[in-house]
Amino acid sequence: MNVLQFVANLFVNVGAWMGEVLHGWGLSPLWTAIVVKFLAGLVVAGGPLAAVLFLIWYARKVIGRIQDRMGPTNDGTAAGPFALLQAVADAIKMLTKEFIFPHGRDKVVFLIAPVLVVAVAVAIWAVIPFGPPDAGMQFVDLNIGVFYVVALASLTFFSMLMAGWSSHNKYANLGAFRAVSMIVSYEIPQMLALLVPVMLAGTMGMQGLINAQEVPFIVMAPIPALIYFLAMTAEVGRLPFEQAEADAEIVAGYFIEYSGMLFGAFYLAEFINNLSASFVFSVLFLGGWRGPWVEQAPILGLVWLSLKAFLVFSVLTFFWGAMPRLRIDHILGFSWKFLTPLALVMLMVTALVDKIVQIVGERGPSPSVSPWTRAGWLFLANAIVALVTAWVLYQVEKRQRAQREARRFAVVR
Amino acid sequence: MVTVQQVVFALFALMTVGGAVGVVAARKLFHAALWMILSFFGVAGLYILLEAPFFAALQLFIYIGGVAVLIVMAIMVTRGIMGPKEPVFTYAVGAAGTAFAFLVMLALFIVNVPAWMGSAPTGEVAPDGMRQLGRALVMPSAFLLPFEVASVLLLAVLVGALFIAREKE
Repeated sequence: MNVLQFVANLFVNVGAWMGEVLHGWGLSPLWTAIVVKFLAGLVVAGGPLAAVLFLIWYARKVIGRIQDRMGPTNDGTAAGPFALLQAVADAIKMLTKEFIFPHGRDKVVFLIAPVLVVAVAVAIWAVIPFGPPDAGMQFVDLNIGVFYVVALASLTFFSMLMAGWSSHNKYANLGAFRAVSMIVSYEIPQMLALLVPVMLAGTMGMQGLINAQEVPFIVMAPIPALIYFLAMTAEVGRLPFEQAEADAEIVAGYFIEYSGMLFGAFYLAEFINNLSASFVFSVLFLGGWRGPWVEQAPILGLVWLSLKAFLVFSVLTFFWGAMPRLRIDHILGFSWKFLTPLALVMLMVTALVDKIVQIVGERGPSPSVSPWTRAGWLFLANAIVALVTAWVLYQVEKRQRAQREARRFAVVR
Repeated sequence: MVTVQQVVFALFALMTVGGAVGVVAARKLFHAALWMILSFFGVAGLYILLEAPFFAALQLFIYIGGVAVLIVMAIMVTRGIMGPKEPVFTYAVGAAGTAFAFLVMLALFIVNVPAWMGSAPTGEVAPDGMRQLGRALVMPSAFLLPFEVASVLLLAVLVGALFIAREKE
């Protein structure tokens, strides 16, 4: 086996090699399997932590450019070429800073919250498929895949509540309230939008979802993809939905009282959640690890998925740099009055159109419907819904404007 | 001989029961809510042991993400959540003990009714259990009617909530 072949299916080969080594040491097959699985778990858990170091550097660079300031450069500072070492220096600073515990905090809950938030963020990576099914690049392929991710998210916002409550601080409490009301509201359109790819693929398993995407679901369901993206942005608390932290108003929201590495835990979890959300979006709508030459070299699946996720993450970062912060009632109103009804409509339209295309297609000359035909009809349905939505929004706006004008020129008694 | 499954079951059972004890023994309301979440988590673990991961995720999503959050929000808007500790409700020990004894006896009775023993399905869990569940919910011969009744009930609740929360003119 030459090097290229070894690298092409890296994870399976490394796993097999490690199994042989351990077997050579006299371990029974059961223990070998356990040790290999444990090491794989360490790799999966270490992945997000390593990626975050790079992403922090990337996000700072991008936002620095958007806001027209250079930030640390390599001339005269010790940050290294392109300030690459800055994230490392930051991590060291974080780790060595003093913990300051507020008086009147709840001792145990205050410490559990940051642990829980990071644990949950890392646990999501267990189900992300970084490569084809038998390439050893997914820790576990649950048949409830995406639902596992959504269910874990409920633990995330619980740790926010715990952090907010245990800090004994009014800003922390306010931040926790905002975070929870926002996430609870956006969970509904997110779930409804999520149901569309699940319905199109007929499964909730991550690999099943990718297998069904000969045509990426963003073509079949552009509106649900947009709804999911917005709801996801709210879920990870990125601008314009950044009310839970809102440093200009409530300083840092639910983690205001945390310092040193405890603060670092929340910062870390936020970046990991951004990244995992990008990965999940790529799996759901952008075809996951699908790309050229994946059959020959499964390792490329990791590259394609990472590139797609990086693209999504970049959009989130651009939002961070360029968006204003919306008011909390506007954020909640947008979810309840616009995204949720639209997601419900899309769910019904997709179900109907997909079924009709299937039934009509089966009566035609060839018994099966080609994925591109199906995608075309679904895209058309999405376009029609988009036009109708735009028309309804225009009418609403016109009526509201008329009311405003009427009030403005009304006779004051 | 203790199998791995039994150990895991014992852990989750301990989590469930211990959490439940914590709910009644905690002196702060917020802590009681956290203990309750631990208990919910234990139940989710039991579902996983029963090879029903879908129900485990539902348990997390609905009970922790919905019910527990509502309870905690209610506690957080209540006055004096950070205030002095409340005493444990000692005066109701007798009543609680009676109720507990009654429920244990009821559970023992139910478990030991001969007609119901062995009626639990055994053997392998179907790999496409979720698909079967979905079919059963929309099949007239299975659970279509209860399913639809439940959805009508939920719709009524939704409309009622809207009516109560509506801005008065």
